[in-house]
Amino acid sequence: MRVSVPKSLDAALGLLAEDPQAVVLAGGTDLMVAINFGRARPEHIVSIARLAELKELVAGEQVLCGAGVTYTHLLQRVRDRALVDAARTVGSPQIRNAGTIGGNLGTCSPAGDTLPILAALDATIVVVSRRSGERRVPFSDWMRGPKQPALEPGELVLRAEWEEAGPAQAFLKAGTRNAMVIAVASLAMVVDRARRRVRVALGSAGPTIIRATAAEEMASGLIEEVGWERPLTLTEAARARFADLVAAAARPIDDQRGTGAYRRHVIGVMASRALQRTGAAA
Amino acid sequence: MTQVRLQVNGAVREAEAWPGESLLYFLRERLGLFGSKNACEQGECGSCSVFFDGELVCSCLVLAAAAEGAQIVTVEGLEDDPVAARVREAMVAAGGVQCGFCTPGFVVAMTGLLRGNRHPSDLETREALSGNLCRCTGYVRIFEAVRRAGDALE
Ligand SMILES: Cc1cc2nc3c(=O)[nH]c(=O)nc-3n(C[C@H](O)[C@H](O)[C@H](O)COP(=O)(O)OP(=O)(O)OC[C@H]3O[C@@H](n4cnc5c(N)ncnc54)[C@H](O)[C@@H]3O)c2cc1C
Ligand code: FES
Ligand code: FES
Repeated sequence: MRVSVPKSLDAALGLLAEDPQAVVLAGGTDLMVAINFGRARPEHIVSIARLAELKELVAGEQVLCGAGVTYTHLLQRVRDRALVDAARTVGSPQIRNAGTIGGNLGTCSPAGDTLPILAALDATIVVVSRRSGERRVPFSDWMRGPKQPALEPGELVLRAEWEEAGPAQAFLKAGTRNAMVIAVASLAMVVDRARRRVRVALGSAGPTIIRATAAEEMASGLIEEVGWERPLTLTEAARARFADLVAAAARPIDDQRGTGAYRRHVIGVMASRALQRTGAAA
Repeated sequence: MTQVRLQVNGAVREAEAWPGESLLYFLRERLGLFGSKNACEQGECGSCSVFFDGELVCSCLVLAAAAEGAQIVTVEGLEDDPVAARVREAMVAAGGVQCGFCTPGFVVAMTGLLRGNRHPSDLETREALSGNLCRCTGYVRIFEAVRRAGDALE
């Protein structure tokens, strides 16, 4: 095993071009666990943890979030409510100070907490390599499967980009504690009133992040009726119907964190609350 | 093996290491700094907490060979730190120590908390210490120690 610590992004891309099998290390909160337990033994590690170029965050109309931005920095600097709420639930202060959004995208777990939000924000993932330059991947194409990001050998995640979507956002996460919990199930909902767009995405509810498109259409219809700039008053029946549509989109499994039936139930409950919260935020 | 050179507690420390080893292992087994405890090696317990360029992290999740150039401060490096001194006294006075295994990690995390906020609310304290596990005290006396240390810092 050898470790390279390039001093610039350009040098990192050079190292990855020479050795496309090299494994990138950012905050280490996933990769170091694997190494400590002997589950990963990379021949060559390229540390990008301290590259300032990957830590840039521009939080304007268009948000540009460098791959090396930590959860702690997201919490302090991003306005998108769902992402802030999700960042705050990640691990503990120690994990939030080290773990990065690029690492969440690289690990590409259906339980990755930023991923349903990136789906609900219609984010684009920008990757880069020496050989092919920059490549833009819509989030909907990012997850080829669990732990299979749309990254080619020699490529790095450079940043995630999305359009600031306004205040009508919600992130809900079910687990056994408020800290240090891998989601049993999670849900992100964004009502982008300016662009007249509703997105609902589920985490830990299937092999990849799942969009609940039938429920999105239903919510759009409800909002359309009252007007996109107005708060939504909901009937019990509408909330229940929305919850059913979201739960029906899930493809949950039984595992050590919860049963499929429980996941489907909790997803319905979270959906109803998310519709209530985003509907009220106008 | 490879030569690793780090800035630990204000001094340059150098030793041979396996390239894949964690900062925690390096601190304990190469440098003989046993204050940072090894319990889970997976970021869950916080007993290995250190400051890395001023930020609280789990040293078990830092690759030692990639930490060159960073300022690392362990619990040993807080010997003369005025905030940490009040934290240690308050932990003794409040009975926040039983077996003591989690204590160094808590002292580092509590020092970090009180540096930024002398009088954290109970919720702020719980959130700030949520990455540190204690199997003995039930936390109540540790939270009490945070309050006492904060008062002593006035
Ligand atoms: C105690 C604990 C609690 C946790 N809690 C949560 C939680 O609540 N929610 C959650 O979502 N996650 C959680 N995690 C998982 C982890 O913290 C996150 O997935 C985090 O975002 C990983 O980022 P990192 O920078 O530490 O990645 P690393 O461990 O450095 O890397 C992870 C993977 O991504 C690749 N990678 C990293 N950066 C890039 C890049 N720029 N380009 C291409 N590939 C890259 C690496 O090669 C590796 O395969 C937890 C982990 C621990 C140890
Ligand atoms: S040993 Fe590092 S967090 Fe438990
Ligand atoms: S005092 Fe024993 S683990 Fe905390």
